[in-house]
Amino acid sequence: MSCWDTIQAYGLRSIGIGERLLPRDDFTLCQQFTLIGSGMLWNIYFGILALVAGFFLANAVALAKASASPILSKPANLFILVFRGSPLFIQFFLAYFLFLNLKQSTGTFSWLTNAAAGALVVLFLNTAAYSAEIFYGALRSVPRGEVEAADAYGLTGWSKFRRVVWPTTLRLAWPAYTNEAIFLFHATTLVFFAGFPAWQQRGDALYYASYFADKTFNPFVPYPILAMYFILLTLVIISIFGLINRRLNRHLPQEARRRLRFRPQIIR
Amino acid sequence: MAFYWSFGTVLILLAITAPAALIFGFGGAVAARSSVLPLRWFGRSYIAIVRGVPDIAFFLFFVIALDQGFEWIRHQVLCPDWDQPIRQGNDFVVCQAAKLPLGSAPQWVHEIYGFAIAVLTFAIVFGAFAANVLFGAMRAVPKAQVETAAAYGMTRRQTFRQIVVPQMWVYALPGLGNLWMVLIKATPLLFLLGVEDIVYWARELGGAKTPRFTDYPHGDWRLWYFLALLVFYLAFTRVSEIFLERLMKRLTRGQATMGGTV
Repeated sequence: MSCWDTIQAYGLRSIGIGERLLPRDDFTLCQQFTLIGSGMLWNIYFGILALVAGFFLANAVALAKASASPILSKPANLFILVFRGSPLFIQFFLAYFLFLNLKQSTGTFSWLTNAAAGALVVLFLNTAAYSAEIFYGALRSVPRGEVEAADAYGLTGWSKFRRVVWPTTLRLAWPAYTNEAIFLFHATTLVFFAGFPAWQQRGDALYYASYFADKTFNPFVPYPILAMYFILLTLVIISIFGLINRRLNRHLPQEARRRLRFRPQIIR
Repeated sequence: MAFYWSFGTVLILLAITAPAALIFGFGGAVAARSSVLPLRWFGRSYIAIVRGVPDIAFFLFFVIALDQGFEWIRHQVLCPDWDQPIRQGNDFVVCQAAKLPLGSAPQWVHEIYGFAIAVLTFAIVFGAFAANVLFGAMRAVPKAQVETAAAYGMTRRQTFRQIVVPQMWVYALPGLGNLWMVLIKATPLLFLLGVEDIVYWARELGGAKTPRFTDYPHGDWRLWYFLALLVFYLAFTRVSEIFLERLMKRLTRGQATMGGTV
């Protein structure tokens, strides 16, 4: 089988298109590259959807945490504490068994036990909590002068928030938020190792990498391939976030712009 | 009972890994700022690679890689007259004497060995994070201090030992505290390394039991077991947070930094 055939057979294997059986012996380098790359589709899917949805919830939670009324700030604090204080790994397990129980007792939430939906919910809430903390910190460090200037112009309520406070918050939070995004993409590798089963061997990149490592008993090929894919993904994220950062800071003089620093983070 | 012991496993892991990672980190940071070029490259790339790739991949990688590395070294030493290749297709074959742990060893040796590999893996990965923190902290020591030391005629080594190292801890503490929290939250990954830790037991004990197999039949309790684990971790991180805050307050007393207000 030539490499092109392999790509056709396994390129979309992770979403169930193509050859049904995974290769069993005589593993070629091409197969490993193709399958692990195909698994990256899941990582990207989880990462992008959780990031986009989490962004909105994070803003809401950050505002709630900063609000003066305890009815809003208490639940926001609790939400952040629970999701930042416990391991994501345990959260996945807990959520999976919770969804399983829901399915058995009510019968309506069966779609949540599927990794594609259930794990997405967990990742979404998790990234929302981490980003909310970042946005909250940025919200608190919005310069007082800007808010006073907005008051002087007679801006109030929503328009003050929309035109003055929020853009500055975003600008201040952006470098940290970039790291959070990278971090989130790395965290997506946990999905298929924590409770959620890979249905019909449709897994993410790490799932396939560990499949190859198990079968060949040689970790020195699949894991470096995985590492290469992730470094590429990280570079793409940094460049996209860098573009947004440039746009957010476009009114500032060149030297006053805060540069993005590549500080990828750790596990959660 | 084993479930309660497994909490001890986690605590032991933390107790061993934290200092080990600190040593690795210190070595990495010293290497990264060394004046010898290859050593500097080694230190920098150690930090960069480990931080750029999902750590869980490293956990899965190092467990097999370390195991095979040890066996390979023992193989070279113990069986010099072995003529077959070590990698035969999909198998990794070393001579009987080089197996680690020995095939004849009792069960607890296997468990200890698995645990030791896990600790080493954690130390390598977290060492890179610690190296990054310490590297930053060493650079944060005010330059005037180092220059003063040079003016007094101290050598590079003396300056490093007597000026930089004692002072860097305050700068490193926020980062190290953060790392400690992350380390706590990484401990459930032990499960993936094949150690029978709390996640393993929560799954085992929580699974549905029928009267045929145990004295205490119950339904699927895994949800509650994992809820207990979640609460355990929440309490643990919260307590560490409070403790670190106190420590920081104590250490920064009288320092001319933002945290050290008198």
